[in-house]
Amino acid sequence: MTATASSAATSEVQDDRPYLEVDDLRVQFKTEDGIVRAVDGISFKLERGRTLGIVGESGSGKSVTSLTVLGLHNMARTRVTGSVRVNGREIVGLDEEKVRRMRGRDMAMIFQDPLSALHPYYTIGRQIAEAYLVHHPGQKAKAKRRAIEMLDRVGIPQPQRRYDSYPHEFSGGMRQRAMIAMALVNDPSLLIADEPTTALDVTVQAQILDLLDDLQREFNSAIIMITHDLGVVSRVANDVMVMYGGHAIEFGSVDQVLTEPQHPYTWGLLQSVPSLRGNAEDDLDPIPGSPPSLINLPSGCAFHPRCAYRMIGGGPCDLEVPELLPTAQEGHVVACHLPENERRRIFAEEIKLGAE
Amino acid sequence: MIRYLVKRVLLAILSLVAVSIITFILFFAVPTSPAYVMCGKQCDAHAIAQTEQRLGLDKPTYVQYGEFMKGLVAGRSYGTGELAVKCPAPCLGFSFRTNEPVTDIIGRTLPVTVSIVVGATVLQLVLGVGLGMISALRRGTAFDKAAVGVSLVGASMQIYFFGPILLLLFVYTMHLLPNPGYTSPFDDPGQWFVQMLLPWVTLGFLNSAIFARLSRAQMLETLSEDFVRTARAKGLTKWKVYGRHALRAAITPIVTTAGLYFGASLGGAVITETVFGVNGLGRTAVQAVNDLNLPVVMATVLLAAFFIILLNIVVDMLYSVIDPRVRLS
Repeated sequence: MTATASSAATSEVQDDRPYLEVDDLRVQFKTEDGIVRAVDGISFKLERGRTLGIVGESGSGKSVTSLTVLGLHNMARTRVTGSVRVNGREIVGLDEEKVRRMRGRDMAMIFQDPLSALHPYYTIGRQIAEAYLVHHPGQKAKAKRRAIEMLDRVGIPQPQRRYDSYPHEFSGGMRQRAMIAMALVNDPSLLIADEPTTALDVTVQAQILDLLDDLQREFNSAIIMITHDLGVVSRVANDVMVMYGGHAIEFGSVDQVLTEPQHPYTWGLLQSVPSLRGNAEDDLDPIPGSPPSLINLPSGCAFHPRCAYRMIGGGPCDLEVPELLPTAQEGHVVACHLPENERRRIFAEEIKLGAE
Repeated sequence: MIRYLVKRVLLAILSLVAVSIITFILFFAVPTSPAYVMCGKQCDAHAIAQTEQRLGLDKPTYVQYGEFMKGLVAGRSYGTGELAVKCPAPCLGFSFRTNEPVTDIIGRTLPVTVSIVVGATVLQLVLGVGLGMISALRRGTAFDKAAVGVSLVGASMQIYFFGPILLLLFVYTMHLLPNPGYTSPFDDPGQWFVQMLLPWVTLGFLNSAIFARLSRAQMLETLSEDFVRTARAKGLTKWKVYGRHALRAAITPIVTTAGLYFGASLGGAVITETVFGVNGLGRTAVQAVNDLNLPVVMATVLLAAFFIILLNIVVDMLYSVIDPRVRLS
């Protein structure tokens, strides 16, 4: 909120504060049916070298959050309030030209489906080199060298030759590798991966996650991993934020959220993961109902119509929006009206997890 | 690539042969003989028979067709003995009406139509695609709404309404332009330009409405594509995102449509030529049909089919240049 960051050079490392700070972020879209509150008051911090997993169903606001960090919304139809600071610099309300200069260099994004996210008419190499050239104008030869180097780094064989291939000539896993190479070509300190493995088959998924892991160690970058796959989260994330209806409803370390979750929605997510052993029909316990409309969120706790443990009548679940409150464990916050000991009791006694 | 081309050319020849056969059959399905039309009021059976013999119409249809095709490929001669008239290949015969070689008629009228169509195409692409692209980028603004309105009016407007109004306004009332006509651009480019201006504007403006709508829709669709978002995420400037990434993808279907329009229009911008009284291919074709003038009908129909087929091949080739995913085989 202060003006300190306005003139700070973006590439300058400010080690004393988290690389990304999001504070009370709200994103609203105007549509013909009404105002969509896609993100409604999200706050989190992310340091270099750390990975934050954002989990939630479709329409929970996870992708919108990440697009806001890159300033990629059409501002004519979007209202963004709150604060997003990248390396100390406020993004919300920043001049489009200044945000543009930061995109790809300070923060980069890996998209879900690399076949549609890469331009079909340009070669892979050209697209990667182009990403380099945006921030290093005029250095064409160097851009090409750098692109080949990155293709090699992400594990694409014969990068010299593959430089001139088109996206449709690559396999799905190779395309995602190329996408990662493109995102990393300018050494961004913040990498946002929006379901990077959803379109890939399982063995390739593992390779891509390992690659991201290696690259994070090498470049000490901060990563936001957006996914609905809890397996991916448990594998790569340090912290996890669970989103529902545009709100963060649980936040904590990956151990806290995945092994001692306290929000009924998180329980539901964990129970929706099928197990390999045992009876699939017994284990798999999907959350009843469907995600809420972001135009007309249910009153009170947005999850209450689908919650098996709601306190209707005697409790505030359908009346008051629960706040994210600390639990007994440090760093673990939950937005649920149930008393903490009750949540612990229910989880211990009633919730059986198929995956464990 | 070469194999593909050879295959396409062979198919094109086959199509043209089919078109010529169908035209022949249709022509002779008309329940009247060109000889009746030609011999006028004082007509008796003898005169008609004589005329039919002279034109070769007394022979069976398939013999006539065979002679026509032979003339096209190898040339032929009409009549016998000293009166014989040689017609070298590609022989399209002589007009039943004026006895002028059909190749001369085509040579005279084709440049007129080409002039009209090329000019109109340039205009409709520049105006239509430009307008469509700008309104897509300014979606929802007053400019966009105005452009959509204008293109809706344009797309529903007719040449025989719009053309005469322009004619009345610019030629007969304000005397700004000369009467439309054709002067060879090699003789007098200035005269060619001012005389062609009204046909261009008429045809080009109406077609540009269609191209504006098409380009706007294409551009809007492309702008919502994932790769456009990727381009923005890289930090590219707005103009590179639009120009290099979105436009490149949006232009493909526009090229296709433009090519096919061009081919179809070359077959005869009939209404435009009629409205402005310019003697192009289209007007000649209509006149020939009314006169039962078989050689001219054949020539114009074949030429129209040829252009449509040719432009189809050109468009397909262009497609493979624009889109690397398209491999010709």
